[in-house]
Amino acid sequence: MYGYSGKILHIDLKTRKSWVETKPEDWYKLWIGGVSMASRLLWENIDPGCDPYDDGNPICFANGIFTGTPVPVGGKFGLASKSPQTGFIGDSLSGSWFSIALKRAGWDGMVLHNSCSTWTHLFIDDDRVQFNDASYLLGKGTYATEEAIRNKLGDDQIRSCTIGPCGENLVRYANVTNDGRQAGRTGHGAVWGNKKLKAVSVRGTHGVKVFDPKTLNQLSFDISKTAQGKDTEKYRVYGTSTGLMNTNKMGILPTRNFQEGVFEYAEQVSGEYLDKHHKVKVIACAQCPIACEQMSMVKTGPFAGAMTGIEYESLFANSSNLGISDMRAAIKLVTISDQDGMDSISMGVSIGFAMECFERGVLTEADFACPSHPEGFSLRFGDGDSAVKLAEMIRDREGIGDLLAEGVRIASKTIDEQKGSESYKWALHIKGLEPAGYDARSLKTFAAGLAVGTRGGCHNRSAAYDPDMKGETNRFTVDETRGKVAADTEEYAAVYDTLPLCKFIRRSFTGKADRAGAWPAIAKLINATTGWDFDYDAVDLIGVRATTIKKAFNIREGWTQADDHLPWRWKHDPFTHGPSAGVVVSDEELEYMKKLYYQAKGWNEEGLIPKDLLIKLGMPDVAEAIGV
Amino acid sequence: MPITSTSKFAYIECDPDRCVGCQLCEYACSFAKTGEYNSYRSRIRTVRVDEVLITAIACRTCENAPCVIVCPRDALTQDPLTGLIDVNPTKCDGCAWCIEACDFGAISINPATTLAEICDQCKDDPEGPQCVRWCPKEALTLTTADQRAQRTRKKLIVESMDIPTKATDPK
Repeated sequence: MYGYSGKILHIDLKTRKSWVETKPEDWYKLWIGGVSMASRLLWENIDPGCDPYDDGNPICFANGIFTGTPVPVGGKFGLASKSPQTGFIGDSLSGSWFSIALKRAGWDGMVLHNSCSTWTHLFIDDDRVQFNDASYLLGKGTYATEEAIRNKLGDDQIRSCTIGPCGENLVRYANVTNDGRQAGRTGHGAVWGNKKLKAVSVRGTHGVKVFDPKTLNQLSFDISKTAQGKDTEKYRVYGTSTGLMNTNKMGILPTRNFQEGVFEYAEQVSGEYLDKHHKVKVIACAQCPIACEQMSMVKTGPFAGAMTGIEYESLFANSSNLGISDMRAAIKLVTISDQDGMDSISMGVSIGFAMECFERGVLTEADFACPSHPEGFSLRFGDGDSAVKLAEMIRDREGIGDLLAEGVRIASKTIDEQKGSESYKWALHIKGLEPAGYDARSLKTFAAGLAVGTRGGCHNRSAAYDPDMKGETNRFTVDETRGKVAADTEEYAAVYDTLPLCKFIRRSFTGKADRAGAWPAIAKLINATTGWDFDYDAVDLIGVRATTIKKAFNIREGWTQADDHLPWRWKHDPFTHGPSAGVVVSDEELEYMKKLYYQAKGWNEEGLIPKDLLIKLGMPDVAEAIGV
Repeated sequence: MPITSTSKFAYIECDPDRCVGCQLCEYACSFAKTGEYNSYRSRIRTVRVDEVLITAIACRTCENAPCVIVCPRDALTQDPLTGLIDVNPTKCDGCAWCIEACDFGAISINPATTLAEICDQCKDDPEGPQCVRWCPKEALTLTTADQRAQRTRKKLIVESMDIPTKATDPK
């Protein structure tokens, strides 16, 4: 086999035994890598109904097909466990060295079973597995943990996935972090913390062999040169934060906990402002010729010295969404989430939720009292200092931070039970996952995509904001095409998440990002890597299988149509001003689009998957388990 | 004769302001030299400290190269015209004294052969150094002493003159 080793490493964290599972080439043709392969490994290695915090919830890694080759932006891996946030599938992607080290160590994937009895640092040194004591790493941030491991083991080439204090404290939306990149969303860090697994390190010293190196080299070379052109300019020059002025202009920039879609101070928290006042350096993931990470630093004020990479999603969640116009506070907040290891979107949206509770009198100053702040404090929109205090309380699970560390869904439910309030009306989550920075009230196709999304409110899995924002669909209305558009864009994104290739390369194959522009080029890359004979249709099926296995997992966990929901606010509470004022997604519209989506996927009325469809997709065992 | 770390020869240098740490140079190098993609076999190595201090380093073709002088088996020789260091595989026994002596950390031991490996600027390749060819950010260049001097002069005038000019990047 070329491009793969054919081997999955299994490790039992309790018994400290490890074993190798070999997979046939046909298995790889179905699952490829990344999100799809990680989800499939999860499907194979967990019992239905397992609690996310039970020993039986495994940690599944899956490398990419192009990982460790020069194919631009192919150095990524998928990570899957059952999510403590959603109770459904938790599938994340992260970029950079870790995946490459794992591939060079000879592993296509890795499954960690059970839990450690004491805090552990797992070290995979090529084909040796070592259990190290992690007590010297406890309390350390993500990057500091990686550095401490490299110093202790004495090799800069050792790459690690780590959790920070947030993961140790089981913040429900804690991240797993490697090389400054995050496997974010759905709370992998909490799963790791629950298993007392502080870090997994890999040293891989072998080369990666491909089928037709000459062709692959030339294709990769050409793409990496094209990727310096205008199609990637916005990522290279300003990074994703440049989108903020655009979403603001369209009136879909979540502002003050999604109360409005226009932020009056948008320019002060824009990507352009960041570039001018805070940018230190642009850096890349390993194997990436684009380089989008805008490392930004606070230079003045109480947060001076805080530095991290600022992306659009982190930025909206911790600036406009909190009414904060001081970029320095926003950078500080994102630095806390990145260095201490929690999801910057979920953190920002949780703080925004708490701010609205305070503004509406549901929470008072006294509710924020804790050992660090005995008097409590007020938490108004726009108050960066208080937001930072609360972020630290969430990290440490101190005072009300303990509740907000559970995420918006649980926090809102608890507060309403205790106070008889109606905070569910401003609790923004889908399946328990806080949504990203595109307000979906006036992005109706995207609203459908988020509602049916297998991992909840995620902009990375549903790409339906794209046609809505570009005007390919009428974003304010609903029509009979939306189910198909939502399904198509989701499957399109799933192809990239499965290979995985970073989506920022999507226009650099032929200048066109659509399937016709990209799939033939991707097929060539796959064939040069593996010697297979993939074509347009085979590439397209990658996304169909990825979305299907994830949905199948959720069905096995007891999913029903009611789980495909939208936040109350998006259905009942329109913006008062801006270009998207007065629009909501009604229950009728949502139910209509859900039906259209299930239809487009070839599923039945209830959203369940027919047996024959699963068999046709090469999943007879899945058909047996959940097919109808 | 004094041991120096300066060079009159051409060498591959990296502009840290441009380097983003993508490591494609390592892929290009290891593939050119071994047919495999493997950082451990690359003769140019990227370095990253504190997330934002990034560069790549290959042989700097020092005059009176310390690696040559220190080699106890005379396995290393320096081409008097190009400054390139040649490793004689029959003499080298992988003792790593050259690694100890190198001021730039530009020498490594090949884990397969356990012999020293040093950048040869892809001297037999008509396309020139593959790392330079691949570098997506044009951070890597193969420069002579003269070119380096020219650039220093340009940089000097741009930095010292407070006149609005388009020539902000001496490259």
